[in-house]
Amino acid sequence: MARQKPIIILRDVSRVYHVGGEEVRALDHASMTVYEGDFVAIIGPSGSGKSTLMNIVGCLDTADSGTYILDGQEIERYSESELARIRNRKIGFVFQNFNLLSRLTAEANVELPLIYQHLGYAERKRRVEAALERVGLTDRAMHKPTELSGGQQQRVAVARALATNPSILLADEPTGNLDSKTGQDIMELFRNLHEGGATIVLITHNEEIAAQAKRRIRIMDGHVTEVD
Amino acid sequence: MLLQSIKMAWESVRSNKMRSFLTMLGIIIGVMALVVMVSLVNGATGAVTDRISSLGSDLLSVSVTDDKGVPLRLEDLDQLTEDETIAAVAPSGSMYANVKHGYTEVFASVTGTTASYFPIEGLNLDEGRTLKTVDVENAAYVAVLSANAAEKLFSGDNAIGEKITINGRAFTVVGTLEENDSLMSSMFASYAVYVPFTVESRMAGQPYISSFVASAVGDTDVAEKALAELLRARFSRDDDAYSIINMSSIASALDEVTGTLSLLLGGIAAISLLVGGIGIMNIMLVSVTERTKEIGIRKAIGAGRGTILMQFLIEALMLSLFGCIFGLLVSALILAIISSIAGSITFSMSLDVVLLAVGFSSAIGLIFGLYPANQAAKKHPIDALRYEG
Ligand SMILES: Nc1ncnc2c1ncn2[C@@H]1O[C@H](COP(=O)(O)OP(=O)(O)OP(=O)(O)O)[C@@H](O)[C@H]1O
Ligand SMILES: [Mg+2]
Repeated sequence: MARQKPIIILRDVSRVYHVGGEEVRALDHASMTVYEGDFVAIIGPSGSGKSTLMNIVGCLDTADSGTYILDGQEIERYSESELARIRNRKIGFVFQNFNLLSRLTAEANVELPLIYQHLGYAERKRRVEAALERVGLTDRAMHKPTELSGGQQQRVAVARALATNPSILLADEPTGNLDSKTGQDIMELFRNLHEGGATIVLITHNEEIAAQAKRRIRIMDGHVTEVD
Repeated sequence: MLLQSIKMAWESVRSNKMRSFLTMLGIIIGVMALVVMVSLVNGATGAVTDRISSLGSDLLSVSVTDDKGVPLRLEDLDQLTEDETIAAVAPSGSMYANVKHGYTEVFASVTGTTASYFPIEGLNLDEGRTLKTVDVENAAYVAVLSANAAEKLFSGDNAIGEKITINGRAFTVVGTLEENDSLMSSMFASYAVYVPFTVESRMAGQPYISSFVASAVGDTDVAEKALAELLRARFSRDDDAYSIINMSSIASALDEVTGTLSLLLGGIAAISLLVGGIGIMNIMLVSVTERTKEIGIRKAIGAGRGTILMQFLIEALMLSLFGCIFGLLVSALILAIISSIAGSITFSMSLDVVLLAVGFSSAIGLIFGLYPANQAAKKHPIDALRYEG
């Protein structure tokens, strides 16, 4: 396959947590490259560093050593407000623990990144409705996260990530709480997004889900290896 | 964006009503203290200075305590007006007496004086005439009544030409005065009767002038000095022999006192507003810590530092402004109640005070909101996301 432009390049990235004098190497000289329009699954056992990797790729956390090049520019070169802008416009993040605002309704949660994009009311309404419909939660729009099941909350989180039409979608176990039918529906959404040109990085335990991606990357104790 | 920040701030103020109210309480009390105290001082000052100025601020009131064997007579007073700074002089011999018309009797102050007394004191004639020089020279038994005395004795009927008795002696009423709300008359609310000086001095057994009033041509203070010089010369250079009360200096002294008073009270109120501001800061800091996770989520999905700062700053501003509005409403209520109790004086909030309160509250909201808002804005997204309240 003719490779396009690399969008995410990690080189020898390490992330070390210090807990009570002990070092936890969550990422140990991890390197990987994701190209524009890629569909990558990251597989690894619990505690292997998947979420840590995702946070760094999603510009929420920074590496202790190594370089991360996003869109051709080293991440250190971006200012704080540029990073906020990137997170807002370029990246859609589905968190492992959803990270929804408990005080807001599903609708308002999905709307939030659009507000930060300074979109007008009508456009926001349109996109929120479309996103909720795509995850099948139109009838739960006015519910707050505490009034939703785990799987429904997960779908709200997916809807929030989709609403901005991100060019990079980072999803941390987006199907973890879903039955296989709903899980497949979400995967269908991701595939559509991928066909529309988006880059997708998906974290999963589920080999069946991983098999649907174009590439698989395995992570073990902070070490990254390509499968194929 | 501003609208969205306002909306978000409003959501958070609304979703925690009790806490928001308690946070506002400091500002509410501060604004109340400021507005009520300043309005009360202003109202009282306004009422008092109104009365002083209606009394005539160019009035000099003199009393002689020790005549040194050279008591003042009417001719001596006339001589005083020869000084170019003194416009007019009139004796004000005073006694209290029972004044009677038919079966109606009042206890009134009886002032023995001359024609010049009325313009000096700013008393205006309502009906009839005032005292004439011939009345004084002939010691005529004529009287001029204050409005309330005429009303009391004649209850609205014509008084001019009627007879009254003062301590049993018959007098003819020649004039009645207009209502007068000068300081003295309202302070004592007494009935006043004015008769020729010669008559009053005979009745009181006081042939000499122990007190008189004078008005100035120009500057009252200059006239006061000239008058003092003349009196010193007469009473063997003894300053304790006489005393001069200068109404304009009373007015300016009063101004000074009330000015200091409102500054002092305003200062106290400002301090309580400041305390209210610290309350806001305190609660906002708690709220920022509590909402660390929320801040993390907002930052993760793209809220910049400025956006978060704005949201929390607007929240602080909203709390202080709502507190201010609430405080103003309560103040209006309190002032209305005080006014209805006080009766004669109405206390109202001036626009100045309202603007001062709003300005001060906003400043306090901004200043004390800035630190917590900045604490929120500078949180690192991943640390904030991991935070578990
Ligand atoms: N904030 C932290 N402080 C200290 N150690 C951490 C922190 N976050 C993660 N770790 C450690 O880093 C390692 C990797 O964690 P990470 O969350 O990336 O795992 P994961 O692959 O996402 O696991 P899971 O599949 O269970 O979500 C783990 O050993 C974890 O204990
Ligand atoms: Mg994880």
